[in-house]
Amino acid sequence: MYGGGYIFDEPNRKQLREEQVHDEPEKLAAFEERIARGEKIEPGDWMPAEYRRQLIRLIEQHAHSEIIGALPEGTWITRAPGFKRKLALIAKVQDEIGHGQLLYNAAETLGKSREEMINDLLSGKSKYSNVFNYPAKTWADVTVIGFLIDAAAIVNQVANAKGSYGPYCRALERICYEESFHLKQGHDAFIELATGTPEQKAMLQDALNRWWQPIMHFFGPPDKNSQHSEKLMQWKVKMASNDDMRNQFLDAYVPKIWELGLTLPDPALQKNATTGRWEYSDPDWDEFFRVINGGGPCNEERLQVRKWAEEQGRWVRKALMNPAEKHALPVA
Amino acid sequence: MSLDPRVNRLKLGNATDIIKVEEGENWNVYEVFHQEKRGAHHEHVGCVHAPDPQLALIFAKEQFGRRKKCVNLWVVRSADILAFDTEDEDMFENNLEKNYRDASGFKVMEKINKFKQSKGTTNHAQ
Repeated sequence: MYGGGYIFDEPNRKQLREEQVHDEPEKLAAFEERIARGEKIEPGDWMPAEYRRQLIRLIEQHAHSEIIGALPEGTWITRAPGFKRKLALIAKVQDEIGHGQLLYNAAETLGKSREEMINDLLSGKSKYSNVFNYPAKTWADVTVIGFLIDAAAIVNQVANAKGSYGPYCRALERICYEESFHLKQGHDAFIELATGTPEQKAMLQDALNRWWQPIMHFFGPPDKNSQHSEKLMQWKVKMASNDDMRNQFLDAYVPKIWELGLTLPDPALQKNATTGRWEYSDPDWDEFFRVINGGGPCNEERLQVRKWAEEQGRWVRKALMNPAEKHALPVA
Repeated sequence: MSLDPRVNRLKLGNATDIIKVEEGENWNVYEVFHQEKRGAHHEHVGCVHAPDPQLALIFAKEQFGRRKKCVNLWVVRSADILAFDTEDEDMFENNLEKNYRDASGFKVMEKINKFKQSKGTTNHAQ
């Protein structure tokens, strides 16, 4: 469920630019025509090197986000208020891990092995959605994540489900279906706190204040700073600009927050009636890059947990391993 | 001090430790086919990583059988699937005019009526 709209790119891209130039022009033209006609690209099809590279990065980061995103919420399973909330949270966390598996498989069809992706996550080379580098301090944080982060993810995923790569679209179709339950249970818990006791309301408002900046960060830097949008949008890898998705999210969810008597920690936030677009103060983009590069409050802990799981599970994987099984890639 | 009870309990080591997953350590890929109701086709829904077909079935149940109705699942090693090259799609191109394969392609009543009119007979049943 958690795909940051923003695809983090490593700074060194020179080598692949050359590869991109070497794509055969005839094949490239035929490929772009297919996309323009609305056809889906399938794993065995010819595709430009840069298309493959960007898609691997996008789907892989999305997969990592699902897996790491389960951690701040999983922390609260033992402390969820009540049996029903606990059941819903367990189901949701299980879904997220399942989404990670679906997405890893979609990325594998592009030729990067599961092991390589996990190694790149553990070594810090691959990124995941920035929002999961912040702690879930109270139950209200889980509620804000369950409602608003999931809502933001849905905006992104519904757009990407109309993209050009078949296996990714099919995975997203199923993911979006499951997300609708996550969003509903998040909204339900959110409303319960917002309409509850003064302590509950205060706890929710506090969490909302803390999460607002990460939520504004969620869709990535403003379009004016975006480095690789045009080609990616033409190839239907990126389906909407960062600012458009942010605007769409604000349009749908700010009224839902305000109607519950809650406030948002941005005095400039308002909808411009003439342009139909939201105005807001720029969140701290230096903080965004600091956190994505490892400087957030939970970056280290998230990777520690992930490394621990990988290491502690190793003997199980080894014990079950059938060495005669030659590795294969998913068919689709 | 972490907020996560698991993290505190586990006393996790330093994150700078290098953990590397060996190639092939995450097993092999199995394609999963899901049957929604008795009598329906098994439909391809995705894949799982597993060390053998039995565990692939168990993982497939967790991954693809926990929502919606499911009465059966198939798993098959991805490597065992033989398929045409997607680039050879044009081999399936053929005459799209397939009236002769369709019930609607045969207008018998038109012929019967024409025949009856040519005989100038009236239909007694009318």
